[in-house]
Amino acid sequence: METFTYYPGCTLRTKAKDLDTYARVSAEALGIKLEEPADWQCCGGAYTTAKDEIATKLSAVRVLNSAKEAETPLITVCSACHNVIKQTEYDISRDEEMASKVNNYLGLSEPYTGGTKVYHYLEMLRDVVGFDKLKEKVVNPFTGRKIAAYYGCLLLRPAKALAMDDPENPTIIEDFIRAIGGTPVIYAQRNECCGGYITMEDKAQAQKRSGAVMGSAKDMGAEMVITACPLCLYNLKKNSGSDLPVYYFTELLAEALGLKEASNE
Amino acid sequence: MQRIGVFVCHCGTNIAATVDVKAVAEALGHEPGVVISQDYQYMCSESGQELVKSAIREQKLTGVVICSCSPRMHENTFRKAAASAGLNPYLVEIANIREQCSWIHKDIATATDKAIILGKAAVAKVHLNTPLSSMESPVVKRALVIGGGIAGIQTALDIAEAGFDVDIVEKQPTIGGKMAQIDKTFPTLDCAACILTPKMVEASQNEHITIHSFSEVADVKGFVGNFTVKIKKKARYVDETKCTGCGLCTEKCPMKKVPNEFNMGLDNRSAVYIPFAQAVPKVATIDPNYCMMLRSGKCGVCSKVCSAGAIDYKQQDTFIEQKYGAIVVATGFNPINLDKYDEFAYNQCPDVVTSLELERLMNAAGPNGGTLLRPSDKSHPHTIVFVQCVGSRCDDEKGKPYCSKICCMYTAKHAMLIREKYPDTEVYVFYIDVRTPGKNFDEFYRRAVEQYNVHYIKGMVGKVTPKSDGKIDVQASDLLANEQLHIDADMVVLAAAIEPDKTARPLATMLTTQMDTNDFFTEAHPKLRPVESATAGIFLSGACQGPKDIPETVAQGSAAAAKAIGLLCKNSITCNPCVAHSDELMCNGCSSCEKVCPYGAITYIDKEFRMPDRTTKVRRVASVNPAVCQGCGACTVACPSGAMDLSGFSNSQIMAEVDAICK
Amino acid sequence: MNKNLKEQVLRSSGVNVLKCMRCGKCSGTCPSYGEMEYHPHQFVYMVENGDIETLMKSESIYKCLTCFACVDRCPRGVEPAKVVEAVRLAAVRQQGNNHLEPSEIPALLDEDLPQQAIVTAMRKYAK
Repeated sequence: METFTYYPGCTLRTKAKDLDTYARVSAEALGIKLEEPADWQCCGGAYTTAKDEIATKLSAVRVLNSAKEAETPLITVCSACHNVIKQTEYDISRDEEMASKVNNYLGLSEPYTGGTKVYHYLEMLRDVVGFDKLKEKVVNPFTGRKIAAYYGCLLLRPAKALAMDDPENPTIIEDFIRAIGGTPVIYAQRNECCGGYITMEDKAQAQKRSGAVMGSAKDMGAEMVITACPLCLYNLKKNSGSDLPVYYFTELLAEALGLKEASNE
Repeated sequence: MQRIGVFVCHCGTNIAATVDVKAVAEALGHEPGVVISQDYQYMCSESGQELVKSAIREQKLTGVVICSCSPRMHENTFRKAAASAGLNPYLVEIANIREQCSWIHKDIATATDKAIILGKAAVAKVHLNTPLSSMESPVVKRALVIGGGIAGIQTALDIAEAGFDVDIVEKQPTIGGKMAQIDKTFPTLDCAACILTPKMVEASQNEHITIHSFSEVADVKGFVGNFTVKIKKKARYVDETKCTGCGLCTEKCPMKKVPNEFNMGLDNRSAVYIPFAQAVPKVATIDPNYCMMLRSGKCGVCSKVCSAGAIDYKQQDTFIEQKYGAIVVATGFNPINLDKYDEFAYNQCPDVVTSLELERLMNAAGPNGGTLLRPSDKSHPHTIVFVQCVGSRCDDEKGKPYCSKICCMYTAKHAMLIREKYPDTEVYVFYIDVRTPGKNFDEFYRRAVEQYNVHYIKGMVGKVTPKSDGKIDVQASDLLANEQLHIDADMVVLAAAIEPDKTARPLATMLTTQMDTNDFFTEAHPKLRPVESATAGIFLSGACQGPKDIPETVAQGSAAAAKAIGLLCKNSITCNPCVAHSDELMCNGCSSCEKVCPYGAITYIDKEFRMPDRTTKVRRVASVNPAVCQGCGACTVACPSGAMDLSGFSNSQIMAEVDAICK
Repeated sequence: MNKNLKEQVLRSSGVNVLKCMRCGKCSGTCPSYGEMEYHPHQFVYMVENGDIETLMKSESIYKCLTCFACVDRCPRGVEPAKVVEAVRLAAVRQQGNNHLEPSEIPALLDEDLPQQAIVTAMRKYAK
């Protein structure tokens, strides 16, 4: 049984409970153990790229360190958390000045300078479980369903740090869709931003962005859209003005594995 | 008693600005054995050389030291000068006080001290120089041209014109290269095939030229004037001597679903095929990846219909070995793979094409017979957007750092041809710069804008979104209007960067020529020796050396031919006498030298030696072939007993230099 | 003041603005182009010219989505988003210059809004 240190992030504990629950039950069914660290804080939702910003990166470093101490890789489900933690890991292992400032502040038993492997749940499905193994375990395939994958911007970019897939022509979620029996729909806006936090600043802009995304998906024949980020889900559902349903990918995963009813009890 | 002359060059201000040349001459004049030491403004000039020659005669010099620029520049000049004054040319040493001193230091005192030390080392070395005489080695009067595109064809024709035999080795089934795929050429807009095919035919009919098509270079041994090349003639499963090129087999072949490389995969060909109608040689080839007979033993239609009996399913690859005096590399280029640029939706939409694909779409011999139609639904495109610099001028790992040179011109050409033929089609070109340096080039591009109303917009396309109604949303910036545009296009054409052919790098290893990090062959000197590689006897022609258009390629092809002819017209060439030699009495036969020699110049022989007790013993000792040895010195370093030494750079000479420096 | 500001922005962002070849791809790909007064390519150009106060006063710095499209697609590796962030930080770090105050948040809530949105907006717009 492969064990991962699991970082849920603040929203998966509250508004996006579904994303979390389905992720857990599916992982268990696939033989993956998810262990939460004893203590974690909100990642902040966005990675501050400025070199002189240290405090905003500390919670990410703490969870990277927890994984290091537990001697397991780290796994996240929320795209935003994944982006923050992965970029933190990328920078701390390359920027000596940042690493030394962070460690001076944190006073960990051993300084952390990178080395933890950070997985997104989808990468775990692809690289640790394998999509063919996943396919074997599917009991409720989504046969004939036209499903559009929404990557958003954070799962793929910056490509150097995230290194999950080709940032312009990704296939990981489409392969997941195929593994659960569905027919993936390719549309050009699948890797463009839904607006994210801009809904707080300029709702019209969020509506415009998520509208463009959903419009492109529907235009290419999608029946539903799946995503890995609670904020993307919110924007695509409430701001886009589209009638296409939006789900968390873990909900479809759980359903495909026949675990959905059980996990709702 | 040695009588050494020292000559210190000012090199204008190149040396004199940072090194006190008079002080250097003065200091070196006190070195043991130095009888004359003077400085002069330009030693390499006629008068400078005359100084050296008269000093040799009047002072009866036994050795000469020139403190000047790098020996790569003028060692030969001074060797010749010494020889003409009666001194063995290998009694001349150069101390590099320019590239290794004045050009890298700023402080005059430090630079002068260093120049004096370098001069002292050269004096110490020249004390131990021995007169050497060059050997001669014969020149095989045959040239090899690797690559049968316009560059290779032009070179071969020019070499043949001078009366020498030339072989062209081309890996495709036909010669012609990329130019055969082009529709019209800039800046004259003549039809590429019309100007190329006469040259192709000339090459095939010329009695001096032998074309090895569907062949590759497998191995290269030897050295300038004397290369031995193994050529692999790949099996085409068709007997070239019998096939008449009638094309009946290609018509009757039932396997017609093979992507046609000549049309960039935009349509299909059959498994047995002739690449295009004007192919040279006009001989069919069977693709073993698709031929049903070769894969599963079923079919055989082509063999049945061939009236010449030319089909031979049992044909094997054959190897031939040939000797050449000169080799010209003309391996050409390819557009890069655009997988990393899918913000332009190349992989998502068939109507997003590369410029070479557009050439085929517009060409009369292309998939649509010359009518420009959208690949997706064969409809007429009303709006076409061109995107420049895709993958060129990039400072990231995705693309190439250089400008691909030909794209600004060929896009202007495409735009004009489209506007000319389809005046109802709007054409947009998004550019960063428009680079049109050649003769009549800028006027050509201005015609596109002013006469043909092509919309040139300074900015870049950021995202291409194909839509279900078949239109393509192109989102781009217009920097001069300060706007982000959305254009509803029917086709998008990407000017992809070009890169050297993938066979170039393994070929460079076989030839021991140099390449840069972009896989372009490195020329011996970027300005003064653009068609020679650093390896003697290997010349460069065409885009394998750097991106270039057809006018430049033809010019360079002829230049490479001129250089090759200069070599081939000699009956023999003088070899470098600074070669390794082994002291047989010290050699213990360990083979270390043989293993490190990059040129294969060392072999081991069994030799009889007289022992002190008057018996003879046979021992295995090293033997260096002075004609092959290039004097690299690797063997002298590897030799554990010190038996191997290098004439002109002997161990004792090197140690003398070190001693002089450390004093 | 101006010279220090440029140096501060360049140091904070870690960007070499001289690499820019003025191609405009960043602005061509920016999803927020229509909402911005100054666009990514202008940020790079104006920072190079030292014209930073103009940028700090503009609402454009709050319209960036941090989607990294300009970062990934720039052929020269200039990373314009980092320049925008550095200018925004220069503005927001000043006393009393937060762009979003906690008091404003209740008005923006709805029952489905994930707190992730609030946290991220606070991270971007406040110090």
